[in-house]
Formats: sequence, structure tokens, C-alpha cells
Amino acid sequence: MIKAILIFNNHGKPRLSKFYQPYSEDTQQQIIRETFHLVSKRDENVCNFLEGLLIGESDNKLIYRHYATLYFVFCVDSSESELGILDLIQVFVETLDKCFENVCELDLIFHVDKVHNILAEMVMGGMVLETNMNEIVTQIDAQNKLEKSEAGLAEALACAVSAVKNMNLPEIPRNINIGDISIKVLNLPSFK
Amino acid sequence: MALKMVKGSIDRMFDKNLQDLVRGIRNHKEDEAKYISQCIDEIKQELKQDNIAVKANAVCKLTYLQMLGYDISWAAFNIIEVMSASKFTFKRVGYLAASQCFHEGTDVIMLTTNQIRKDLSSPSQYDTGVALTGLSCFVTPDLARDLASDIMTLMSHTKPYIRKKAVLIMYKVFLKYPESLRPAFPRLKEKLEDPDPGVQSAAVNVICELARRNPKNYLSLAPLFFKLMTSSTNNWVLIKIIKLFGALTPLEPRLGKKLIEPLTNLIHSTSAMSLLYECVNTVIAVLISLSSGMPNHSASIQLCVQKLRILIEDSDQNLKYLGLLAMSKILKTHPKSVQSHKDLVLQCLDDKDESIRLRALDLLYGMVSKKNLMEIVKKLMTHVDKAEGTTYRDELLTKIIDICSQSNYQHITNFEWYISILVELTRLEGTRHGHLIAAQMLDVAIRVKAIRKFAVSQMSALLDNAHLVASSTQRNGICEVLYAAAWICGEFSEHLQEPHQTLEAMLRPKVTTLPGHIQAVYVQNVVKLYASILQQQEQAAEAEAAQEVTQLMVERLPQFVQSADLEVQERASCILQLVKHVQKLQAKGVPMAEEVSALFAGELNPVAPKAQKKVPVPEGLDLDAWINEPPSDSESEDEKPKAIFHDEEPRHVRRRQPEEDEEELARRREARKQEQANNPFYIKSSPSPQKRYRDAPGVEHIPVVQIDLSVPLKVPGMPMSDQYVKLEEERRHRQRLEKDKKKKRKKEKDRKGKHRRHSSLPTESDEDIAPAQQVDIVTEEMPENALPSDEEDKDPNDPYRALDIDLDKPLADSEKLPVQKHRNTEVSKSPEKDEVPVVEKKSKKPKKKEKKPKEKEKKKERERKVEDLDFWLSTTPPPAATPVPSMEELSVNTVTSPKDESEGPKREELEDEEDNTEHDQERKSSRHKKKKHKKEREEKEKKKAKRKQPEREHEQEEPVQNGAAEEEEEETLPPMSSYRLLAENSFIKMTYDIQASLQKDSQVTVSVILENQSGSFLKNMELSVLDSLNAKMARPEGSSVHAGVPVPFQLPPGVSNEAQFVFTVQSIIMAQKLKGTLSFIAKDDDGATHEKLDFRLHFSCSSYLITTPCYSDAFARLLESGDLSMSSIKVDGISMSFQNLLSKICFYHHFSVVERVDSCASMYSRSIQGHHVCLLLKKGESSVSVDGKCSDPTLLSSLLEEMKATLAQC
Repeated sequence: MIKAILIFNNHGKPRLSKFYQPYSEDTQQQIIRETFHLVSKRDENVCNFLEGLLIGESDNKLIYRHYATLYFVFCVDSSESELGILDLIQVFVETLDKCFENVCELDLIFHVDKVHNILAEMVMGGMVLETNMNEIVTQIDAQNKLEKSEAGLAEALACAVSAVKNMNLPEIPRNINIGDISIKVLNLPSFK
Repeated sequence: MALKMVKGSIDRMFDKNLQDLVRGIRNHKEDEAKYISQCIDEIKQELKQDNIAVKANAVCKLTYLQMLGYDISWAAFNIIEVMSASKFTFKRVGYLAASQCFHEGTDVIMLTTNQIRKDLSSPSQYDTGVALTGLSCFVTPDLARDLASDIMTLMSHTKPYIRKKAVLIMYKVFLKYPESLRPAFPRLKEKLEDPDPGVQSAAVNVICELARRNPKNYLSLAPLFFKLMTSSTNNWVLIKIIKLFGALTPLEPRLGKKLIEPLTNLIHSTSAMSLLYECVNTVIAVLISLSSGMPNHSASIQLCVQKLRILIEDSDQNLKYLGLLAMSKILKTHPKSVQSHKDLVLQCLDDKDESIRLRALDLLYGMVSKKNLMEIVKKLMTHVDKAEGTTYRDELLTKIIDICSQSNYQHITNFEWYISILVELTRLEGTRHGHLIAAQMLDVAIRVKAIRKFAVSQMSALLDNAHLVASSTQRNGICEVLYAAAWICGEFSEHLQEPHQTLEAMLRPKVTTLPGHIQAVYVQNVVKLYASILQQQEQAAEAEAAQEVTQLMVERLPQFVQSADLEVQERASCILQLVKHVQKLQAKGVPMAEEVSALFAGELNPVAPKAQKKVPVPEGLDLDAWINEPPSDSESEDEKPKAIFHDEEPRHVRRRQPEEDEEELARRREARKQEQANNPFYIKSSPSPQKRYRDAPGVEHIPVVQIDLSVPLKVPGMPMSDQYVKLEEERRHRQRLEKDKKKKRKKEKDRKGKHRRHSSLPTESDEDIAPAQQVDIVTEEMPENALPSDEEDKDPNDPYRALDIDLDKPLADSEKLPVQKHRNTEVSKSPEKDEVPVVEKKSKKPKKKEKKPKEKEKKKERERKVEDLDFWLSTTPPPAATPVPSMEELSVNTVTSPKDESEGPKREELEDEEDNTEHDQERKSSRHKKKKHKKEREEKEKKKAKRKQPEREHEQEEPVQNGAAEEEEEETLPPMSSYRLLAENSFIKMTYDIQASLQKDSQVTVSVILENQSGSFLKNMELSVLDSLNAKMARPEGSSVHAGVPVPFQLPPGVSNEAQFVFTVQSIIMAQKLKGTLSFIAKDDDGATHEKLDFRLHFSCSSYLITTPCYSDAFARLLESGDLSMSSIKVDGISMSFQNLLSKICFYHHFSVVERVDSCASMYSRSIQGHHVCLLLKKGESSVSVDGKCSDPTLLSSLLEEMKATLAQC
């Protein structure tokens, strides 16, 4: 079982948190903070597993990957294969890359709901639902289409308005200087 | 309509959407909290609007804020509204929010049942999908029970997308509602062979998860999984299955034998590292399970170790880590094959990655032997010096101690070396493991008698240099070793070279800065030391010197008498008086040494940690029995304790023990002698040139070697462990030479000593090295007759234990998933006649008749299954054998055509009868029939599921009961909670709710939620209430009428919890208030304060009502009967919609809607004392009139008053 999935950036700012066990908001924040603390102080080129007493039981493990500015952390118990989860993270990131077209941290910042929807097609209630990227992307596309057909006119209007809003806010670009934000997706030899 | 839509979306355009919110937060970095609270206010406004799009947008923003740590549970009701939107876009937003913040404690969650059911049966697969995904995150036992059968139906959905989600969510349903496991299992098993790989993978996932917790119930699936393993190409599925086999093999070693070959093939063929790794892991598990029986698997072990070596040598740190992890598993059973890779492991100790170093440390534990222990520990010690982080260093320290002390110091050949290592470790700064080192010092000094002299000399040096160890406060962890040092010096003071010097060291003023428990040990051991000094000096007839020592004691002890620590103070003043007395007698010239040392005569042996627990209950003593007759009720409680001491029975029992003691001791001594005679390590039996060392008279049967060293024992200053490595080499060399000589001699002597097993070994193996010192006291003291009862009980709170269910037993009739039943038919009629008897007939009659044959059948079937498994396990090829066909038959049969649904329960009854006749036949007939029977049940279930659908549709048309606004999505209703504020101050906030129950006509339960709002720890909470004539708080038996009731928990800062109190109420026709006080102790860093909080408990008449559904015919009869009195009110200025109004009244006043026509509704409720209350609500333009009828006029008027207050807020 997967106990929790967290994404946060190099400064520990949460970009997505999904807990498959109920925790209060405060505990969730504390878990995110502690996980960040554990993960961020590790060098690059060390192994991606961490045994911590993070959530409840002792057989839990942290499995994480670090892409550009983001950490993707999965907290799992002993029933999951470590390398399998590493590959799952890879599949997740590749899927994000496909759905957002060259994903970067900004996409995750502004569209956390979409990230949740993509994740929901991969992991459900803490169990791995689908690992085939094409299948996931197909389902996401179909849902997006459905959403568009529902929106119709209203959505078009909203689009126009948000464009106007953006025009009125010239300071946007100034605030977004994250440097090399594009997440590099490397190919992994370990898993087919 | 279109215009309205456009207008709505224009409104919406100027609301903030999620992107705007995120952008805003980023722009307000300095005052983020303020900005967000502003946004939350806006969101609250948006939630009040009618437009569902606006609401969805607001909920979407809330979900984001939840991620940032803001509590959004207050919007739970709005989230449900958004969940029930018709558009997928909004629905998804709602479900996402729900999945992020709903949990079992969310009180509105029960309102979702019907909505979820509706979504599950939606024609759009994505509606269903989103509902399943959401449900998987917040399913509760109630939801699981109500929706289990719906989800089961979805497991056979035509779309694989739905099927896989439905299969996966079943695991969550099983966890929350274990009764569903058996009925659902056949279909789950079926899904293992689903044509869609995704569904198959989901089923494997669920079964693996189930089997991991209770593997024995899933052994019978092994053949099926075996087939999957050999046929599947999906690595995910393979990994899961292989992991599952890893869990199953310990239960069935034959399975392991069967697995080895295909797994080995996989290891050779696969290119995926993850699969390879899991295969190796499972092979290891197999080998572990086989290790006792089958020795012939060295090839497989070699293969595993070889593959792991490749992993460890890989440049990928992840593989290295996992390789080490798996290696440590092999180590447990096959240490030899791992030991050859010591070089690799030692290499990993130098790795820059801490996780890898830790894993390598774990491995070292199993790799040490007598030969390499010193070398390995030396290496670790250099790491200790190098280590930069304290955690890693502490880990190293514990590992060194673990490695050395494992299995009774098995690998230590020279304890002097070990003591020096321990002393060296005391130089570590800031470690928290001082107590560990101390425990080791004590243990070694006690158990290894030969080392005591050396240990004492080292410890006295430590005490001399105590200022180094305990100088700065930072090092306080390490000062624990002084505890050990002081004790060892005191207890074995006869070995001290310069006791006087040590005595002075222990009486230094600096000592008083040590922690209390260490000072206490100092004080106690100073006397031991003093006693031995006295003895020495009196033997040497130096009376003056003896008096000087006494004088020193008298001078120095008062510093301890002034100690703040009670223990130190008590011991010091005791001893001071003793020494003063001695001084007096000494002045008279009386020799005191004998008497003083008599105080500490005798030997202390280590006691096993569990010894106390294991003292057996003596025969004839029943701890649960009353010692006296239980006091009669009239007897006052105060007399009880006195009575206990009158009894004599227990004393008899106690007296018997000492006799047994003597016997037992003698017996044990004899046994020990025997054991030693057979122990090759005991030097007694070997003709060693070393001198015998004799200890105190009582222990002459323990042979102890005197240390034979070429260097003087006393090492000036702190010792160096390194020198021992060289010394040890020399010693071993000498030993070998000796042995060679012996061997020659022995050959001539025709090999007499069989017990000298080691000498017959040809090469110098591990066992060949005889230790320089021996652990003398191996067994720890245990009470006699101690029972070997090590089995630890399982955790009773384990949620997975409930799923420990035998799945091979055929399903019984009673085991069906609960199916939603009609609650009221069209225009509801009282149900009495048709439904109830059917159920009874079904469950009772046939069962009684058919019980016996069925049971036999069950047994038979189970036996057959076991046989099948046995058969499969015993023959090697072909892999997938017998038990599958029945399944195929089943799956074909599940596609039966739906029969006429209108026949309803009647048909079912008929079928049951058919079943019965079938059972009768079955008694004679064979398995075919059973299958058929199964089939039929399957069919029935199908039909039932089908039949449900129209019911469901019907239900949604029903008048909505407790405020679930399903039909009109456009309406808003603020979140409702029945909890009202009771009282609040800076420490604590109390909210309460009153619940009545039909079973108790004069009792209500008050649930109080106590929320700690301060930074203090709240404890000793007590709730006291001033009773009135009418209402009284129920108190524990025996407490006085004014006593408070303690709250059964404590509250750490920021935590809230609920406590329940029972009140008895005489008359319920009037509302009333009770005054009360909550007293508690608030404890924080500064101290504890006693606090009080006054409150008033308001018992409204509504809280005595219980929501009771009523059928319209019964309602009409009630109104016609004419024994109800009537009254009415009218409230003006109401803006809320009628629907919400009804929901509010239902929720707050516990009514149920009987009928609703337009803006007119009749409602009903019942009090706990049986009063009927009928209401007729009519809504005009902006007013509402309420006509009420009730069996009690006072109750009615009180109720209407309360209702008026509620309505006034609308």
C-alpha cells in the first residue's frame, strides 16, 4: 500500500499532497515538513530510499525522486516493491510531461487539481491502479474532452476573461523566476 | 434559461479562480495568512450563492488551501453539494475535495450514501469512476456496508475502466466491513482471469494485500497464482505475485520447492532489475523456509548471493542498497555464504550514503566471528572517530555493542580488550547511549569473573578522571558510565589497587553535580569501599589509618545529605549515622571491619528482565478469588482494606517456597557441573598451564582462569584497545603451538577425550580459538517453575485481523451483502404484513431442516480443496492443474439473462424452496450438483443486483430526510452541526450535543467535545453538575451526589476529544438548564495551574425527540384519533427556501417528513417517553406557519417555542 504521495519543491513548499490515511491538517503539514527535512539534506547520487518513522508503522519507507526543482516522494509499506515504486514515479512524471506538454513546476503550482486527476488514474486509495502511461493519458484526454463539452459557451467566456485578467496583471512574469524549471525526464533502464 | 446561464458565468468571471488565488498568494508573500483569511471570507460568500459553478470554483480553491494546511471541514456540506452536481466537471471537483478532507469522523458523510449510489450507477463511466476514486479515500464502515453490493455489481461492469476501479476499491470495503469478504470473494477470484490486464492486475493487487495480512487463508489460490506467474508478462503483476509467494512459502514448504525452478528461470531471463530483485527475495524466503529440511539448495543460494553481489557492486546506489538489504536476509540462515563477501560489505562502510552504511552495519552483525571480531571493531572505531553526524555515530556505537555482546559474548576471546573498547567509547562526546555502555560494563564485570580485577582498575581510572567525562553539561549522556564505574569499584572493591585513592575520588565535591541516581550509587558504593578499606587496614593492624578513613567519611558525607535528590539524601544520612557510630566504637578500640563488611556479604547475580513476570502462581492460589466473602452491599467501603490482612491462607503458600529453593538450587548446581564437564571451552578439562583462580568459597565449582599476560595489568591513564589486537595474535599463536603438541600426544594416546570436539578439526576454524576469559554466568536468574510463555498476544486493534476469514468454506445463506430495501412504498403503508415474515421464513425454517447435511457438505468441500492443493503440490508438471475448471463454468454462467424483476421477494422464496429440495438430493449426489448449486446462488445474486436498480431510482424521489438536498442543486444550506457551544475560555472550548435513545425513556447522553486551545497540557479534567430535581447526572456507583465525573482522557495542546455523560431526566415536557463546572489542571513548562470553567447545559425539548419515520396512513390515523392537543405559531420574514427549512427542522429538531406537497409538509417525531408530535408546516410568501399536535400540551408549546427560535434565524 502507498500511504502518502507528496510533491514539494526545493524549499519545502507543498505542490501536491495526497494522504491515503486520514490525518488532521496540522499533522499533514508536519509530515510534509519532516519529509522535506529528511529528503532535502540528502546528496544527489545517494540511494532514493529512506527508512523513517514518518507515518505510523515501522515498516514504512520513503521512496523519492528529485527532478529539477521538485521532489516526488512516495511513502509506502513493505508490500510495495522499491524499484517498482521508483518506476511508478517515473511513469507519473512522464505522464505529467505528456499532459502538460513539457511540464515544469509552474504547471503544478497553478493546476494542482489536474495533477490530482492524473494521479487518481494511477493510484487509487493507496493501491496502484494503472501503470501504462498510454492508458492513463487516454483516460485523461477523454475526461478533458467531456469537461470541454460541458463547458461550452461559458468556458469560452471565462477563457476570454482570464486572458483579460492576465493582461491587467503585468507583474506576473516578474514573480515567476524559478530558473531551470523544466523537469528533465530521463529514461530508466531498470523497468520496462 | 440560456440567459440565466450566461449571466451566471459572467458573475463567475469576476470571482477568483484557483489560478488567481495561487497568484494572489504568491504576490502576498509578507502577509500570506492575512490574504488567505481574506480569500476564505470570499469563498464563504461564494458558497452561499446559488450557482453551482461558483460553488465548485470555491470548493476547488478550498482544496488548494487544504494542501497549505488550512482546515476546510467546515465546508463539508458544500462539498457534498458540489459532489451532487450534474456536470462531471463540478462533480470531480467535489469528489476531489471530499477525498482530501473527509474521514470517518466527518458527520455529514452519511448524507453522501445515496449520492454515491446514484453516481455509481450513472451511465457515464467517468461519473462512476470519479465516485469510486473518491470513495476509496473516505469510505466508512457505514458506507462500505450500504454500498458493498453496488460495488460488487460494478466488478462485472462491461467497461474495464470501471471494473478495475471496482475491484481495487473492494479492498477498502473489506477493511471497513469484513463481512463482505466472503460473499465478494468468488467474484474477486474470477477477476484474476479477467481478459483486461488492468483488471487482472487490480485483482492481484487486492488479493496480495489481503494475503499479506492473513496468508494461510489464501494458500488454496497458490495453483492459480502459479499459473499466472508462468503466463503473465506484466512486470507489475509478476512482482506482486512473487511477493505474495514470499509470504505464502513459510506456511507451505512444498510450495517453495515448486517455486524454485521457475523463479530461477526468471532470475536468469529477466532484464528488469525490479523483477530480478523480487525474485531473489522470494527465493531467499523459500530457502529460509526450507533451510531445516532440505540441505541441497546451495546452488540457489550461490545464485542469489552472486546476483546480489552484482547489485551491490553496481554504481546505482539504489541497487546497492537493496542488495545489502536482501543480503541481510540470507545472513540469518546461511551466514557462511555471506561471510565470503566481507570485503564488499566493509567497502560499503566507506560509502558516502548513510543509508547504505547503515545497511552494511546490519550485515556486519552477522559476519563477525572470533577470528575477525577485533579487526572489524577496530575498523568501526575508526569510523566512530570520523563520523560527523551524531545519529550515525550513535548508530555505530550501538552496533559495536550489539556485535560484541551478541549471543552472550560468543565472539569475544579477550574481555580486557572489550573493556578497553568500552572505555574508549566513553570518550564520545554528546552520545545518548551512555546507559548502553554502562550496562555493558556492569554485565561484563558481573558475568566474567576473571575480568573483574582488570575492570575495577579501569573503572577506578575512570572515576579518577570523572571530570573529563562529566565536565560539560552537553556530555550528560555519557556520565551514565560513572554509574557503572562506581558500582563496579564498590562491589568488587577487594580488587582495587589503591582503594583509598578511589574513595577520595568518589567523595569529591564535584560529584554533587552529577544526576541524582548516579550520586545515589556513589553514596552506596562509598560504603562498600569503606568496608573493604577497613578490613585491609585492620588486618594490617593500622588502627590509626582506619580512623582516618572514618574521619574522611564523616567529613565528606554531609555534602550528600544536603542533596535535593531524595534518594541521595536518604542513603547519605543513613550512612552518615552508621559511620558516626563506627567512629565511636573505633575510638573505644573495637574492631569494626567484620561487621561493616557483613553489610555487603553475598553475591549479586544478574536477574532476567522477565523474571518478575514469570513467577508462577503457586498451586492453590487463585488470584481472582475473593480473599474474604465479598462485602455485602450494606457494608461500607472503608472496611474492606482491613479485612485483607486477617487472612492466613497466602502465608501458608509463601512459607513453602524456601524449602523448594534449597532443593532446586542443589539440583541446578549439579546440572551446571554436568554441563561444564561437557563444555569444551572450560579450561578446567584441558591441561592448560595457566593457574587456576579461586574465588570466594561459595562458587568454587566455577572454574575461572587467571589472566596470563606479559604486560602489567595496570595501564596508566586511559587504555588503548589496539594493543590487544597484537597481543591476541600472539596468544593465539601460542595456543596453536600448544594444540599441535597436544594433538601429537593425543594420537599416541588413542584419542580419549570425545568431549574435546574442537581438537579433532583439521584446520584452525573459528571454534579453535579458545577465549582468554570465559563468561561464567550465562543464565540469568529466573524464578523456579517459570513457564516458557513467550508468545506475545497479537495487537487486538489490528484492523487486518478482522479479515482473517476462511474463504474456502462455501457461502452460507445468511452471508449476503446487505441490499438496499424499500423503506416506504409509493404512498407509504405500514409494512408489518409482507416483508417481515418472508425474512423469517427464509432464515429460520429451511436452515433448521438443512443444517446437518449442509455442514457435512461444507466439510467435504473443504477437504476436497485441501486435497486438490496437496495434489498440486505433490506433482511437478503441469503447472496449472485441477481446481480451475469450476471457475470457468461459473464465469460462463454469470451472463444469465435477467428474469422478470417484478416478481420480487416471492420468487426468491420459491427459489429457496428449490434450493432446499436440491439439498436433499445432494445428500446422495456428487460434486456436480454442488457446482450447480453455487451457480444458482450466483445467479440469484445477480438478479438481486439487477432488481435493486429500480428501487434506487425510486429512492431519489422520496422526500429527502435529513437535509440532503439532492434534487435541487441550486440551493445552499450553511453547514449544520448539532454541536452547540457550551463554554469557552483561553484554555478550552466545549461544544455539546444531547442524544436520546428509544431504549431508555428517562435517559439522555450528553456528548461534550473538549478542545484544548492553549499550549498547555490539560489533565485531571472533571465535570461537575449541580443536579436539579428533574435532571441528574449519572455518577459512578458509590460517589456522592455532588461529586464530579472525571473525564477519561487528557488533552495535549491543540487536541480535542469527546466525552460522554449520561443524565437521567424525570419529566421531559419542559426545557431546562443545568449549571456546571469543568475543573482541570493546565500544565505547561512553567508549572501547573488549577483552572475552572463554568457552563450551562441547556436541555431543549427537541433533544428528547427521536427521528422516527412514520407512514402516512398511520399519521392520518393518529391525527384522527383526537387525543392530541393542538397549538400553532407563525414566523415572518423568512427568506430560506422551503426545502432547506425542512432540512433544518429535521436536523435540529429531530423530525422526519411524512409527506410534502409544494410548500406544505407534514412532519412527525416521537419523544423518548412516547409522546407523538405531529407538525404541519405551511410556507407563504415570506412567512411560515407551524401547526402542531402533541399528546402533551406543555411539551408542544415548549417545542414550538424552540422551533420559533430556529425559524427566526432563517
